[in-house]
Amino acid sequence: MTMTKELLAILMTAILTENFLLSKFLGICPFLGVSKKLNTASGMSMAVIFVMLLATAVTYPINNFILVPNGLAYLQTIVFILVIAALVQLVEITLKKYIPSLYSALGIYLPLITTNCAVLGVVILNVDNGYNFAYSMVNTLGAGLGFLVAMVMFAGVRERLESCDVPKFMQGLPITLVAASLTSISFLGFAGIVDGIFG
Amino acid sequence: MADKKPLVKEFTKGLIAENPVLRLVLGTCPTLAVSTSVMGALGMGAAASIVLICSNIVISALRKIIPGKVRIPAYIVIIASFVTIVQMLVKAFFPEIDESLGVYLPLIVVNCIILGRAEAFAGKNSIVASALDGMGMGVGFTAALLAMAFIRELIGTGAINGIQIFPADFSMLIFILPPGGFFVFGMLIALANKLAEKKGKPKAELHGCESCPMAASCTLISSGENCDVKEATVK
Repeated sequence: MTMTKELLAILMTAILTENFLLSKFLGICPFLGVSKKLNTASGMSMAVIFVMLLATAVTYPINNFILVPNGLAYLQTIVFILVIAALVQLVEITLKKYIPSLYSALGIYLPLITTNCAVLGVVILNVDNGYNFAYSMVNTLGAGLGFLVAMVMFAGVRERLESCDVPKFMQGLPITLVAASLTSISFLGFAGIVDGIFG
Repeated sequence: MADKKPLVKEFTKGLIAENPVLRLVLGTCPTLAVSTSVMGALGMGAAASIVLICSNIVISALRKIIPGKVRIPAYIVIIASFVTIVQMLVKAFFPEIDESLGVYLPLIVVNCIILGRAEAFAGKNSIVASALDGMGMGVGFTAALLAMAFIRELIGTGAINGIQIFPADFSMLIFILPPGGFFVFGMLIALANKLAEKKGKPKAELHGCESCPMAASCTLISSGENCDVKEATVK
């Protein structure tokens, strides 16, 4: 019972109060770059969720059964980034060969994910927080879903922005960032809500 | 000595004309995340600059040895090694900075500025030029971070590094919260665009592959191909 409660709390915290994009600033490049249209934003997010979950599932055993027992924990950064890079490439090849329909939906976003700080970030955060396997996976799922929620919301905001009369000096990136700021304010409203429910 | 002038230029271009944060719009994640305090910004700027200079030097030195096809993984390994070294040094000598940077310290590995410079510059130029390029970009990154952090910390808390400038009662906490980061960054980009426009330079913009910070990793898999996402977003 307590475990389910804790898992739910981790999930909700990762989605709402500690949203990767809007409060931790991890993965801002796709947030600003691929959020112009709703379908690209959701496609990118699905690819991120997929790679994040895979990366967590693969790095957890590597870290706990190979690196830590051998006193190699200091190699975490190098090993994790290499595992993620190799994983992304493997996933791309596998999808292309065996599941072309999924590849056509996610494939184009995969190359962009290798150096996405959200993926490496969630893996490192799981280790830093000392989560066990179940907690890590749930935290990763929450981070990914939070990514999706923020991307989709922001894509909606940006589609509206397209038809707005923006002052010349604010056009382009500046107004996008101000819109992101306002979107982020809406997420501030969730502060304390998870503690309130599960605390 | 004839090429002394261009070498100086490699250093100075990173400061203003090609400032990595405000002109090339790279490394936005750490810029937004650690600019809540001037000390954090300084620590992040210094750590990233050291990694940038060292990796630029090594990558430039190895540029004829690393085969083109595996260059991105090779760059990543080199960068990750320096990040690990810096991480250990910071943990040992500046534990407070390590605490304030948290997860963003190891995340220097995926800082687009570093991989971007490796791909765009160090992989093609001499060691001295690459070192100067790294220094310029590092200083430019640190300066932009400091500007952000100064504004955010001053307005957000009324103090800079513990020295009270105006009473905390008048401060606006939102500036050190995440929304303030986006807002101040947007304003700084607008200012940089305005200044660039006066000089007849193009605006800073995130669009397509040319300025895509992940273009480097793109070529990892689809070398020679165009980035499909560009068409998908432009459509």
